[in-house]
Amino acid sequence: MPDDSPSLSKYELAARKQQTRRNLLLCSPALIVLLLAASGPLLVMLFYSFLKSGNYGGVIYEFSLDGWLNVFLVRDIFDDVLKVADAHLSVFWRSIKLSAMTTFTCLVIGFPTAYFIATRPRESRNFWLFLITIPFWTNLLIRTFAILELIRNNGIVNNLLTDLHIIEQPIQMMYTDFAIMIGMTYVYLPLMILPLYASMEKLDFRLVEAAYDLYATRIRVLRKVIIPLIKPGIVAGSILVFIPSLGAFVTPRVLGGGKNLMLGNLIELQFGQGRNWPLGAALSITLLFIVMATLLLYVRYSQKGGVQHEQ
Amino acid sequence: MTDPVAISVNQVSKQFGQGADAFFALDQVSVDIRENEFFTLLGPSGCGKTTLLRLIAGFEHPTAGHIQLHGEEISHLPPFKRPVNTVFQNYALFPHLTVAENIGFGLDMQDKPAAEIESTVTEMLQLVQMESMRDRRTDQISGGQQQRVALARALAPHPRVLLLDEPLSALDYKLRKGMQIELKRLQLETGITFIFVTHDQEEALTMSDRIAVMNNGQILQVGSPNDIYDRPSHRFVADFIGDTNFLSAELVESSSEHAVVKLSSGKNLVTGPTEATLNNVVSITVRPEQAVLIDDLANADLQGTVTNIMYSGTDSHFHIELPSQEEFVAKVQNAGPARRDWETGQTVGIKFHDNAVQIVED
Repeated sequence: MPDDSPSLSKYELAARKQQTRRNLLLCSPALIVLLLAASGPLLVMLFYSFLKSGNYGGVIYEFSLDGWLNVFLVRDIFDDVLKVADAHLSVFWRSIKLSAMTTFTCLVIGFPTAYFIATRPRESRNFWLFLITIPFWTNLLIRTFAILELIRNNGIVNNLLTDLHIIEQPIQMMYTDFAIMIGMTYVYLPLMILPLYASMEKLDFRLVEAAYDLYATRIRVLRKVIIPLIKPGIVAGSILVFIPSLGAFVTPRVLGGGKNLMLGNLIELQFGQGRNWPLGAALSITLLFIVMATLLLYVRYSQKGGVQHEQ
Repeated sequence: MTDPVAISVNQVSKQFGQGADAFFALDQVSVDIRENEFFTLLGPSGCGKTTLLRLIAGFEHPTAGHIQLHGEEISHLPPFKRPVNTVFQNYALFPHLTVAENIGFGLDMQDKPAAEIESTVTEMLQLVQMESMRDRRTDQISGGQQQRVALARALAPHPRVLLLDEPLSALDYKLRKGMQIELKRLQLETGITFIFVTHDQEEALTMSDRIAVMNNGQILQVGSPNDIYDRPSHRFVADFIGDTNFLSAELVESSSEHAVVKLSSGKNLVTGPTEATLNNVVSITVRPEQAVLIDDLANADLQGTVTNIMYSGTDSHFHIELPSQEEFVAKVQNAGPARRDWETGQTVGIKFHDNAVQIVED
C-alpha cells in the first residue's frame, strides 16, 4: 500500500490527488444510484414515520409519534388504555425465530452439499455449482407455489403418504410456521451453499489429512480443523440467509396464509388494508435496526472467536 | 546385530482406477523396515514411493497385501488409530493455531492431560530449537522454522514410526543441508524409525541407513548407501544414483561365487555372481571414477579415442569413443597423481579398478 510519507514530492502528491479524483468520478454512477435508490426511500420512510396517517391511506403532514408508538403499544378501542402490542411482538418473535431456524437448517443441509462440491474434481465442480443456481431461473412466486403444490392437504406428499397407507388423514402442513420455514429454506439454500463452497474450495485438504494423522477422529477433524478454517464462509452464508429471511414477504404470504404473519407481511398490511403508513414506515425502520443489530453481533462474534488467517 | 522389524510390507499392491484406466501405483511390493532405522524410499516422481508412504500412514488402503507394525496388522486401520505420524511435504501446519498449539495437537486429540501436553510441547520446542516462537502464528515464521514445527508436531505424540514425505524439497540449498544434519541428529536422539521419501539421490545417500530404490511401482533394490552405489542390481539403480557407464559384455563363466564377462575388446573380467544365463550378452556398469587412463594399450581393459574433455573443478571428464561405438566417460581427479594431459583425438587405454565392474539387470 502506498503511504503518504513526507518524502513524496509535491508533484507526486498532486498526481496522486488527481488519480483519486478520477477514480471517484468513475464510481460516481454507482454512488448516485445507491444514494438515490437506497438512501432516498429510507429517508422518505423515516420522514413518514413521524407523520399522522391519513384516513384512506397516505399521510397528513403533521408531526406525530403515533406511528412509532404503535410499533410496540396499542390503544384499546374501548377505553383508550395503552397496552403492549402483543400481536406485533409475536410477529417480531416469529420473524426472528423462523429466520434463525431457516439459517440453521440451511447450514445443516448446505454444509454437506458444499463439502461434496468442493471435493469433486476441479472440472466437474462448475457443473454442480450450475445445478445449484438452477432455481434462480424461475420466479420466486412460482417456486413458492411449487412448494405449496407439494405440501398442501391434497398435495403430492400427502397424497403419496395416504396412498401408501402410512397416514389416514392428510397432515396439515400448509399455513403453519413449518411451511414458511420449508419454503424459506428452499429459497435461500443456494445463498448458504455458495459462500460455504467458496471457503471450502480454498481449504487445504492436506490439513484434514494432517489432523487424521495426529489421532483426530472424523468428528474432531470437523470441529477442530474444518469448521474453524471455513468460518468466514459460515458467517457469510448465515448473514446472506438470515437477513432476507427476516424481511421475507412472498413465502410467508403464500405458505403461511393470513394468520402466520412475518415482518414483511405486517409492513405490507399497514400500507395496504391497514391504511397506517406511519406505522408501516416505523416498522420498516425497526426491521432495518434488527438487521443492523444482527450484523453488528456477527461482526463482533467473528472477530472475537474467529480466526484471522490469510489465504 | 540387526534390530527387530518395525514395519513389514508384504506383497502390497495399490491399484488406482478401474477397468481400462486401472493403474498399479504399487505392484506386489515387499520390504521390511527395522527399528531405529533411517530408511529411505528413493525414486523418480510417479515411482510409487509416496503411495507406499501413504499406505503406511493410512491415508490409502492397499488393494492387496499386508502391512504390519511390530507384527500387528494395520493395513485397514484409519490414520488416527496408527501410532505413526507424518511430516508432510508442505508441512500442512494448522493456520488457525499457534506454533505451540500445532505441536500439542496430536496429544490433545489423544486426550492427554493439559500438564503433560504443556511439558511435551516445551520439550519438543527445545528439541527443534524453537522455544522463542512458541506463541507465533504459523504464517509469521520462515519456511525452515515451519519445517521444524512440522517435525516437532509429528514427534510430539512419540510415534513408533515417523514418515517424512519429501520434507526438505521446499527449502533452499543451504537450509536443506542444515536440515539434513538436523534430521539425522533427531533420528539418533529419539531412536524412532524414520521412513524418508525423496527423489534426491544425494540426500538419500548422505542420510540413510538403508535405501530402497523404486521405479514403476516396484522396489528394485534395498541396501546400504554403499551397496546401492557400488553394487547396483539394476540398470535403473545404477543410472539413477550417480553417474555411470553402461557397456555390453558376454557372460562366459558363472558360478555361485563369481562370474566372468568378456568385454568388446576381448578382455575377460571377474565380477560378482549373477543369475544371468551363460553365454548371453549382459549389461555391465562401471562408475566413471573407477577407471584410469593409461598409455599402455596392451595392458588396458578397453581402448578408444578421446572425443571431449570437460573440466569441472575437482576433476576432469574424458569422453572416450570405443571401437564398439559405445561411449565411455572416465573421471580423473585434477589434484591426483594420475596422468591427465590427454588431448582430443588421441587413443588411450582404459584400465578398471578392482571390483569396478558390476553386472546389472536391464
